[in-house]
Amino acid sequence: MNDMTPVKTSPKDWETDQEVRWCPGCGDYAILKAVQRTMPELGVKPENTVFVSGIGCSSRFPYYMETYGFHTIHGRACAVATGVKLANPELDVWIITGDGDALSIGGNHTMHLLRRNLNCQILLFNNEIYGLTKGQYSPTSREGTKTPSTPFGSVDRPATPCAFALGSGARFLARAIDTHKNLPNVLKAAHAHQGAAFVEIFQNCIVYNADVFADFTDKANAAPNQLWLEDGKPVLFDGGNKGIALDRDKLQLKVVEVVDGDWQAAGVIVHDVTNRSVAHMLIELRLQDGFPVALGVIFDDPRPTFDSAVIAQNVAVSKGKTPDLQGLLAKGQTWTVEKENTVFG
Amino acid sequence: MASVAQTLGTGTAGTIQNDESIVVRFAGDSGDGMQLTGGQFTLSSALAGNDFATFPDFPAEIRAPQGTTFGVSAFQINFGSGAIDTPGDAPDVLVAMNPAALKTNVGNLKPGGLIIADEGEFGARNLAKAGYEVNPLEDGSLAKWQLVKFNISQLTLEAVKPFGLGNKEALRCKNMWTLGLALWMFDRDRQPLIDWLNGKFKKNQVLADANIAALNAGHAYGETIEIGGQVKRHHVNPASVAPGLYRTITGAEAVAFGLVAGAQLASMPMFFGGYPITPASSILHYLSNLKEYGITTFQAEDEIAAIASAIGASYAGQLGVTSSSGPGIALKGEAIGLAIMTELPLVIVNSQRGGPSTGLPTKTEQSDLYQAVYGRNGDAPLPVIAARSPSDAFDCAIEAVRIAVQYMTPVMLLTDGYIGNAAEPWAVPDMSTYKPFPVKFLDEVPEAGFKPYSRDAKLARPWVKPGTPGLIHRIGGIEKQVDTGHLDYSPANHQAMTDIRKAKVDGIAHGVPEQDVTLGAAGGKLAVVGWGSTYGAIHQAVSRARAKGLDVSQIHVRHIWPLPTNLGELLKSYDKVIVPEMNTGQFKTVLRDQYLIDAKPVNKVSGQPFTIAELEAAIEEALA
Repeated sequence: MNDMTPVKTSPKDWETDQEVRWCPGCGDYAILKAVQRTMPELGVKPENTVFVSGIGCSSRFPYYMETYGFHTIHGRACAVATGVKLANPELDVWIITGDGDALSIGGNHTMHLLRRNLNCQILLFNNEIYGLTKGQYSPTSREGTKTPSTPFGSVDRPATPCAFALGSGARFLARAIDTHKNLPNVLKAAHAHQGAAFVEIFQNCIVYNADVFADFTDKANAAPNQLWLEDGKPVLFDGGNKGIALDRDKLQLKVVEVVDGDWQAAGVIVHDVTNRSVAHMLIELRLQDGFPVALGVIFDDPRPTFDSAVIAQNVAVSKGKTPDLQGLLAKGQTWTVEKENTVFG
Repeated sequence: MASVAQTLGTGTAGTIQNDESIVVRFAGDSGDGMQLTGGQFTLSSALAGNDFATFPDFPAEIRAPQGTTFGVSAFQINFGSGAIDTPGDAPDVLVAMNPAALKTNVGNLKPGGLIIADEGEFGARNLAKAGYEVNPLEDGSLAKWQLVKFNISQLTLEAVKPFGLGNKEALRCKNMWTLGLALWMFDRDRQPLIDWLNGKFKKNQVLADANIAALNAGHAYGETIEIGGQVKRHHVNPASVAPGLYRTITGAEAVAFGLVAGAQLASMPMFFGGYPITPASSILHYLSNLKEYGITTFQAEDEIAAIASAIGASYAGQLGVTSSSGPGIALKGEAIGLAIMTELPLVIVNSQRGGPSTGLPTKTEQSDLYQAVYGRNGDAPLPVIAARSPSDAFDCAIEAVRIAVQYMTPVMLLTDGYIGNAAEPWAVPDMSTYKPFPVKFLDEVPEAGFKPYSRDAKLARPWVKPGTPGLIHRIGGIEKQVDTGHLDYSPANHQAMTDIRKAKVDGIAHGVPEQDVTLGAAGGKLAVVGWGSTYGAIHQAVSRARAKGLDVSQIHVRHIWPLPTNLGELLKSYDKVIVPEMNTGQFKTVLRDQYLIDAKPVNKVSGQPFTIAELEAAIEEALA
């Protein structure tokens, strides 16, 4: 068994000597800092931590973390991480990926990792653009996004990462913003969850898609447009002046005004992280429909993990069996030749 | 030696003809259980001490429409008292369970050979489905063969009547009736089959009893005078083989066992990532049952995830293995490059089948050699080993594991559909005679400091398990700096790293045996150079040509990449070199490129293995 005694480290212990090569002002810097700040609070050892990434700007992340790291190939981080975790379930596995990496070229692996519920953290840096290949639209780009490959605007409908994850069977969903102070709390909750923890981080690509999230991430827009969820707490935003209630006729969520802090009178719901149906409604709230963006831990309801099930079956079916290769080779219907042409069945 | 075909019509009832070798082909509908019949007849041949080689030949469809020619499933076995290297060029005996089976197989039967046909299936409907306007059993069109027909369906129904099975279930026992007759014809003991049936149907004694009754009825039928005058019994003496314990083995089993053995010799747990594909799936099936050997099997969501997970497992400190067939290997290509770049051990098994694209899923071919040796982006050298037979696949799998862990490299092991499915007798190896090659992980900081891309004498980099304190490092598919492994795109560094990767794989040639002359002399008029499953046919063809006094030698290559260090000089010691392959000349091209020799191709891409006669003709033509 792993030594579970919390280990004392400082953020410095999680920094490598490598020169960070993101564009100045990239949201990735803030995420890197947040992760390096969070790790000491988890009480884990750097040598037991593995960061696995695919390809894209975000996927350079492992080079900057003083942990074991594997920068794999485009879209395959989830598949490589599955092998890492099954081979050594004691390792603390973090997957770093982007919207193109996880939802386009690697969509299949993301789906199956979530379905199987591998015990790991997936941080999907969503900037709604392909940065490393110089600015093509991505599967999360909004309709009409003009890029070098869509000079007249994209015509396909974007994917909603958390909806994809929930549909794939994820048991933990959270959202955060690259520069927001709540990011470490979300990371801690993801780490505490046993199973695949899916975290979408809105990340600003300063070069190819600057300010694409500004309508809710800018300080001026934050209060009315950010809905930070907390388990057991009423679903309030805009300084407590507004809340989310259930429209019982339409069976969908609605925004209600909260007068004098009496959220109960306004019918505001209380956030229950184990409620999958409400989680689905929260994920789909959109700014353009007059809703705030749901942030924080949206869904957290653990189920047995894939790695523990694999190990348990390996152990169970091996019980009482002694590996005997020589015996295995001689198994089945055999015959012995004692001297030439003398055969015994 | 008198061929069986010549002796079939002579002799008197009650005597048993002795033969050196006999080729029997069972052919029927996909649902007739011909593979099972063939498999059990193979076992019976094994227990009779014969040497043998088999060739299961079945369609890609699981249950093609009944009675059609494309739904015919066949199983051929060549068994003998001498060494048997191939499933035989042409059958002496054809068992045809319906008109379609007769139509698709009779052309290859030796003149004078015996046809045993189930006339109960030769009704108007089945004849039409097979494209016969007139019943061939009645119109004399089979006159150059010996025809024995009886209503196997009816005889089976009568034999199993007491067990009260439905018509459909009762007819399923037809294959056991046929097997019973075959056991009588070839003077075989029924008891092992009865034991096997009792085991197979232990949860349904009625089915066991019915099948045994059908088996006995077929055997008894042979003994009755009804066919005594038409069909002679044959006995094939046990083959002269070295004393020891034997079993039958298919290539797929041998690969699975060889991987287990390799992992044990390396003292490593194994992680196997696979995705279902014909004909490679059986390796995944076998290994899935062997968890107590420290094996984790993972059926991934696709071919890419299968290899990517295996690479992840290798990174985490297990022996990563993946297997597939050509189309799946194509999908794995990028990830193979990742394993080359990150210098992680990995074994990739390719059970080749007819291509390109989906091609011929259940038929055999050797057309993935270019893919194995060259098929990746960038300069991506990959060691390639090819198994020559089912039993050889065991040693090849061990060798693949050894090279992978000793050189920190992915290794490709080539087999094919023929090797994978075919069975042959196997002298069970004594594992104590194999030299272990335990893996040594780097687990502490070396005196000179830790560099993830430092090199040992074999140019291998250290293998470090994540979880090891003090050795934290990052790897990836992006170009690495010499020694340190940091990102580095600089021109001189890429040149240096490309050279190192090439030198490392080239150097493997110094750690493998020199190429031997498999049969014949070193130097002479003609060398027949082969690789993979053509071994048996080439061996017999060269052997027969030499018996006729021709100056010809066989050279069979296991290490396809890097090639053995002496191969070039060896090939140059012959006047001529021919290279028979089940492709359009891929190994021939590699040999020409590497040695500037005028190697000539001998090619066959019909989805069927070479016959001995085809290769004898090629040898004679080359020497003409």
